[in-house]
Amino acid sequence: MNRKAKETVYFSLFRICAVLVVLALVVLVGYIATGGLERLSVEFLTAMPHHANTEGGIFPAIVGTFLLMLIVVAVSVPIGVMSAIYLVEYESRSWMGRIFKLTIYNLAGVPSIVYGLLGLGIFVAYLGFGFSLISAGLTLSIMTLPLMISAAREAIAAVPSSVREASLAMGATKWQTIWHHVLPYALPGIFTGIILSVSRAAGETAPLMLTGVATSLQRLPDGFFDSFMALPYHIYFMATQSSNLLATRPIQYATALVLLLLVLGMNLIAIVMRKRYRDKYKW
Amino acid sequence: MTTAIHTEDLHVYFDKNHALKGVNMDIQKNEVTSVIGPSGCGKSTFIRCINRMNDLIPSCTVKGKIIVDGQDINDDAVDVVDVRRRIGMVFQKPNPFPKSIYENVAYAPRLHGVAEEVNGKIRRRKHTKKELDEIVERSLRRAALWEEVKDRLEKGGLSLSGGQQQRLCIARTLSIHPEIILFDEPCSALDPIATAKIEDLLVDLKKDYTVVIVTHSMQQAARISNRTAFFYLGDLIEMGDTKQIFERPHEELTEQYITGRMG
Repeated sequence: MNRKAKETVYFSLFRICAVLVVLALVVLVGYIATGGLERLSVEFLTAMPHHANTEGGIFPAIVGTFLLMLIVVAVSVPIGVMSAIYLVEYESRSWMGRIFKLTIYNLAGVPSIVYGLLGLGIFVAYLGFGFSLISAGLTLSIMTLPLMISAAREAIAAVPSSVREASLAMGATKWQTIWHHVLPYALPGIFTGIILSVSRAAGETAPLMLTGVATSLQRLPDGFFDSFMALPYHIYFMATQSSNLLATRPIQYATALVLLLLVLGMNLIAIVMRKRYRDKYKW
Repeated sequence: MTTAIHTEDLHVYFDKNHALKGVNMDIQKNEVTSVIGPSGCGKSTFIRCINRMNDLIPSCTVKGKIIVDGQDINDDAVDVVDVRRRIGMVFQKPNPFPKSIYENVAYAPRLHGVAEEVNGKIRRRKHTKKELDEIVERSLRRAALWEEVKDRLEKGGLSLSGGQQQRLCIARTLSIHPEIILFDEPCSALDPIATAKIEDLLVDLKKDYTVVIVTHSMQQAARISNRTAFFYLGDLIEMGDTKQIFERPHEELTEQYITGRMG
């Protein structure tokens, strides 16, 4: 085979792989949409479930998942970004920094059910938060931290050292340099981390089952220490535990569709923010 | 003539590598002093000692005295942030911030504020918008960039050409009135026309500032500096009037280097 032909073959191969990925998403969304659209209505989105979830809406599950996402953003973003700053700016070469990095990589590989057990032990039992929104939210936050730290660490490390030198050489302190330069320029990458973390947290089921998700609530949680419903668990429950599996199938599809849209919506916000900062600080 | 910088037995180590071996040097005020020598001779290491930039390298140890205004700035008790405010630095590769031209120049003054004496006490306050505008204009004029950018101060610093970027970096350094400005091969990434502009600027700057420049271009050293120091393998071999160094060097090594037989 001559060089030109080889070039064509490899290029086609790469293109096919890329198309496959897009195809997977299209099929997934299409399948869920065709199954779920008929059940989707304003009532479905805003009403409480009744008759063992077979009728009514999924409003408490939407609110529950949304609140979980908010807790994850509020907890794992600041801790993740600050850890990343520490790792890059203060301990990048020391043995301590290396141990931290190794720990984070290993934490990223721990199965989510194990995080669920951890949450059950620490937040539910030891700290006495009970089976609640806060226990589940904190468990998901810990689970997404490695992802958040890795993304933020890469973004911060990608800021050229010449920029840091320029700022320091004008008499800025290390913190001023980080605050005025490193962090703003790393923001697009940090937003990527937020997208990944929140999406991962929104879709998790296993940790929720151990920390306070409810199968059915005819009301919204009355605070962070109350139990809650969540979209992924609702899908799991309707698909496996429901009394009439066939009759509830449209509900499963519609719930999956809502979860997908909620995650996409949150991601869209992060993507818009990322675009804004990319345009603002170009190098 | 007064001495701006005086170093005494200055040693630098990178782990076990002895990069600077006991340098004693006097740098005169309001002059351009160039530092020349082959790659790896310690010239950049030397000027990075003067504004304590070597502190950023964990494996680096600097021993000896660097006296500026009667104060040993290499002392551990000295505030490095204060040293760097008084001794500015322009780097090899132009490194403007990815912000607007205005913000590049206004950054350092904003950071440090204005020192004012109120009832006998020094107090710091923020600049007014008008004061900042004045500083930005004055600094850009002094760096011979104002006419080229006055209509697009809000444009990104990185939209400028390489030579303009380097002059922006100089303006940025001038914005806080350092006493001394260190240049670390400021023209090595620039074309001859941009280089000529920077050289003119350096000669002009010595009226108000003490200028120290590291360069690997001997012609540049000969063109712009009053005095020249020649480094070789971490030793200061010879320092003197630029004319003398290039026409009648006292040391064999200096002669070999400037005639191109070594380096």
